[in-house]
Amino acid sequence: MELFINQLINGLNTGSIYALVAIGYTMVYGIIKLINFAHGEIMMFGAYFAFVFAYMIPWNLPFILIIIISMILAAIMGMLIERIAYKKLRKAPRISALITAIGMSLFLQNLALLIFGASYKRMRPLVSTEPVHLFGFNISKLTLITIGLSVFFMMVLTFFIHKTKPGKAMRAVSQDKGAAILMGINIDNIISLTFAIGSALGALGGIFYAMAYSQIYPTLGVMPGLKAFIAAVFGGIGNITGAMVGGYLIGIIETMTKAYISKQWVDAIVFGLLILILLFKPSGLLGKSTKEKV
Amino acid sequence: MLKVTNLHVHYGAIHAIKGVNFNVSEGEIVTLIGSNGAGKTTILKTISQLLEQTEGKVLFLGENMKQYAPHEIVHLGVSHVPEGRHVFPDLSVLENLEMGAYHRKDIKNIKKDFEEVFKNFPRLEERKNQQAGTLSGGEQQMLAMGRALMGHPKILLLDEPSMGLAPILVDQIFKIIDKINKTGTTILLVEQNANRALHVSDKGYVLETGKIIAQGSAKELLNNKKVKEAYLSA
Repeated sequence: MELFINQLINGLNTGSIYALVAIGYTMVYGIIKLINFAHGEIMMFGAYFAFVFAYMIPWNLPFILIIIISMILAAIMGMLIERIAYKKLRKAPRISALITAIGMSLFLQNLALLIFGASYKRMRPLVSTEPVHLFGFNISKLTLITIGLSVFFMMVLTFFIHKTKPGKAMRAVSQDKGAAILMGINIDNIISLTFAIGSALGALGGIFYAMAYSQIYPTLGVMPGLKAFIAAVFGGIGNITGAMVGGYLIGIIETMTKAYISKQWVDAIVFGLLILILLFKPSGLLGKSTKEKV
Repeated sequence: MLKVTNLHVHYGAIHAIKGVNFNVSEGEIVTLIGSNGAGKTTILKTISQLLEQTEGKVLFLGENMKQYAPHEIVHLGVSHVPEGRHVFPDLSVLENLEMGAYHRKDIKNIKKDFEEVFKNFPRLEERKNQQAGTLSGGEQQMLAMGRALMGHPKILLLDEPSMGLAPILVDQIFKIIDKINKTGTTILLVEQNANRALHVSDKGYVLETGKIIAQGSAKELLNNKKVKEAYLSA
């Protein structure tokens, strides 16, 4: 039982990271119907930003400030990527935009390689990993902060999209762009905002991921990016709550598989899950099965 | 108020609107009638800049509409209710109406307009917390119109408001159109249901494959032999 609870906490830890990153995939898909394959790289850059501000610049910034700066930088980066690479393709066939996204992903990996070099950077956790006693369990402080901050930001996001004017406009744009324009909503701004939010949360996921594994490298975003994408599909791509639920489920499934089945089979099982979802419930857990409109 | 001169619109190589001229004066209800594919919707979309004209001019209150981006049109006082209603299906009725007032900053007047819309469409108030996608077709039409009215428009562009509705709802919609007009909103109406449309209108234009082939007061058109044969024989 104790092992199970510990694994569950680990699952929530990994799940928080997947959920944060999955939100970016799902929001962008919801608004421009693009699978932004460069999102994993935003995650990676987020981690590098935190590394730079924590260890390369001797300002001794507090942890929370490092996180916020990295998120802001990632948000700007996300908006720039959209403006430079995707905006012109909005009316192009979807496959063109998809290929561009893959190209952007490779470009960013190589950019990181150029700037930071190929060697792994050691990312010492910015908060202590010493255990905290909670309900009779020993949980590392880093894990608590990861889960806590992730949940906090997801709550802020949920509040934002349901209760604020730009949030409602964002949902309106994702449901009917043409009608949203007629309401006087500036679609370009809403799309930028979507990329900014998705990228900021993705960067946060990247920072937690890098701290959990204590290292950063240019292809850091590839694997967790893919898994977060699976989480988004699992929850129902385009559905933000779905991405959160999917993220936590994938995280828990992954750690449970590691603990009880096999360490080697983890990826096979998670990717096998994607195939099963696509076969039996392609719209995902919370997604609506809408027919492709012509 | 709205003056369209020598308007031409192309869809790629297809010449959809071939030199259309018409006028809408303040306080009027003007109808464009015509069969499917005549270009009625194209004209409305061009007015609200969703489509680009290839030639000609659309003047609203003396301003050339071409200089505005589509999302700026509503600021000028032009609200467009698109064909097929296009409510936001996963937003509540209330949120849909809020979106109609998205561009406005005058919070006090927005409140008044909410009351006004609910007075015109009591059905919407009953269902204000329901998701718009769960409404019936007639209710969605009311919502689309209510949403446009939340923009406090000077002119309302209505594209096929009666399409696909049961006769009793069509009656209701036309009654409301008349009522909205009486409270001071100019209306440009596009309809296939020419008979009903002309009965609430001041004047009308008959469109056929991108050209205006007849025009006049609503009364004249209702008595026009050609129009009667082609559009009113039901």
